[in-house]
Amino acid sequence: MKEIDYLAPSSLGEAYAALSNGKTSAFLAGGTDIIVQLREGRKQVDQLIDVKHIPELISYAWTGDGGLEIGASVPFAEIYEDDEIVRRLPAVIDCATLVGGIQIQSRACFGGNIGNSGPAADTVPALIALGATLTLGSADGTRDLPLEDFFTGPGQNVLGPGELIIKVNIPPQPANSGSFFHRFIPRNEMDIAVVNVGARIDLDADGERIEGARISVGAVAPTPLYVAAAGDALAGETPTEDTFARAADIAAEAATPITDMRGSIAQRVHLTRVLTYRALNRALERAREA
Amino acid sequence: MPRRAHVQTTLNGEEIDFLCEPRQSLLEVLRDELNLTGTKEGCNNGNCGACSVLMDGRVVNSCCVLGVEAEGAAVTTIEGVAEGETLHPLQQCFLEEAALQCGVCTPGFIVAAKALLDSEPDADEGRVRHWLAGNLCRCTGYDKIVRAVLKASEMEEVTA
Ligand SMILES: Cc1cc2nc3c(=O)[nH]c(=O)nc-3n(C[C@H](O)[C@H](O)[C@H](O)COP(=O)(O)OP(=O)(O)OC[C@H]3O[C@@H](n4cnc5c(N)ncnc54)[C@H](O)[C@@H]3O)c2cc1C
Ligand code: FES
Ligand code: FES
Repeated sequence: MKEIDYLAPSSLGEAYAALSNGKTSAFLAGGTDIIVQLREGRKQVDQLIDVKHIPELISYAWTGDGGLEIGASVPFAEIYEDDEIVRRLPAVIDCATLVGGIQIQSRACFGGNIGNSGPAADTVPALIALGATLTLGSADGTRDLPLEDFFTGPGQNVLGPGELIIKVNIPPQPANSGSFFHRFIPRNEMDIAVVNVGARIDLDADGERIEGARISVGAVAPTPLYVAAAGDALAGETPTEDTFARAADIAAEAATPITDMRGSIAQRVHLTRVLTYRALNRALERAREA
Repeated sequence: MPRRAHVQTTLNGEEIDFLCEPRQSLLEVLRDELNLTGTKEGCNNGNCGACSVLMDGRVVNSCCVLGVEAEGAAVTTIEGVAEGETLHPLQQCFLEEAALQCGVCTPGFIVAAKALLDSEPDADEGRVRHWLAGNLCRCTGYDKIVRAVLKASEMEEVTA
């Protein structure tokens, strides 16, 4: 690794100041992406800004209305060890427990997974399905945006040069709602998704009809996709094999994957359909348990 | 001469300080600056777990942590696992079960397994296998390693 400066701001103000000192920066959260990228020369910056000493980034809390706000740097292990999150937002646990092995989960966090902006980032389809937004901060103030609007290309996002992710906001989920995330990888653990899918289903009060649904797929386009049309096709329908298959077809049509060492275009399109169909069924089970 | 940072940390129970360059990983600092060569480098990219150490009780890959990030932390390496001359039950069981061949992966497996047994002394086989998914061994195969960890967990239960 080339020589580099290391700064560890203990407040947002100090972090913004560090971002405007004229040097090129990357953030150091869990370090499981950035340290390797710098060492292998895939990225070069003058300074690393450690974002694990900023109070707003290292805490999480439920909001009064039942939402969950997760600081960008809270490690996955801290999230999935929280019994209340396990009970109330299982889809968050689905993805947090899948990123790497235990060594990775001790350090890696949502801010890093989102900030790295890989097309296959595992937490993203789950969070998009849950309707998550990001709070971004800079010296000029903060702004909120839907997670699906954050990514602009592989490794690229809308962050301005003086900006960072403060937190991920998961809104309160409707009463009869269930969500599920899963991915396909060739082994049981520790691999990058060939395709990953997050799905949420909101049922009406009787549990008979679908009021709304959100579907997001990853690793099949330059950025994670929110396939609004697939969810919209389910609104007002009853949950049946046919309606789920139709939504899965729409998700597969939205996929524009590439062929690489992990999978071919045809395999990825097929997987998008199959995983979406399965994710909808599992989300439905959870909605019925809710 | 590149600028070096001053870092204070608790290493294997002892308060120490060291100098390192910000770009040096904790793994490099342990091995090259502090001469603690028990922690191994396998892949140097987060995949193999050979460099596992405990940081504030959690198992991490020291190749994916910078030395400067150890400031104020409590770090335990394989050198801190035995009590003087008395081997930790995990170390004893790895020997008894022949859970190693070349031994490069062993410190990482033992440190990672210690983190598991410290928090979940009753971990079953499925849990042990899942927990150790981030540790790779290219000689021994995993059955003997898992058997050693399960045996150690029984010993700990007896001694607890
Ligand atoms: C062995 C191994 C297995 C892995 N397995 C998976 C997997 O299964 N699924 C998966 O999705 N990923 C996986 N990864 C990739 C990586 O672990 C994840 O992307 C992880 O979530 C990154 O988080 P981090 O905190 O370590 O990020 P860091 O490496 O600290 O940062 C990553 C990027 O995010 C930026 N960033 C960090 N914090 C902020 C912030 N607050 N605001 C703006 N930008 C920020 C940084 O500038 C950097 O560019 C794996 C990596 C390894 C080494
Ligand atoms: S050397 Fe650190 S994980 Fe392989
Ligand atoms: S004993 Fe050689 S790598 Fe495990």
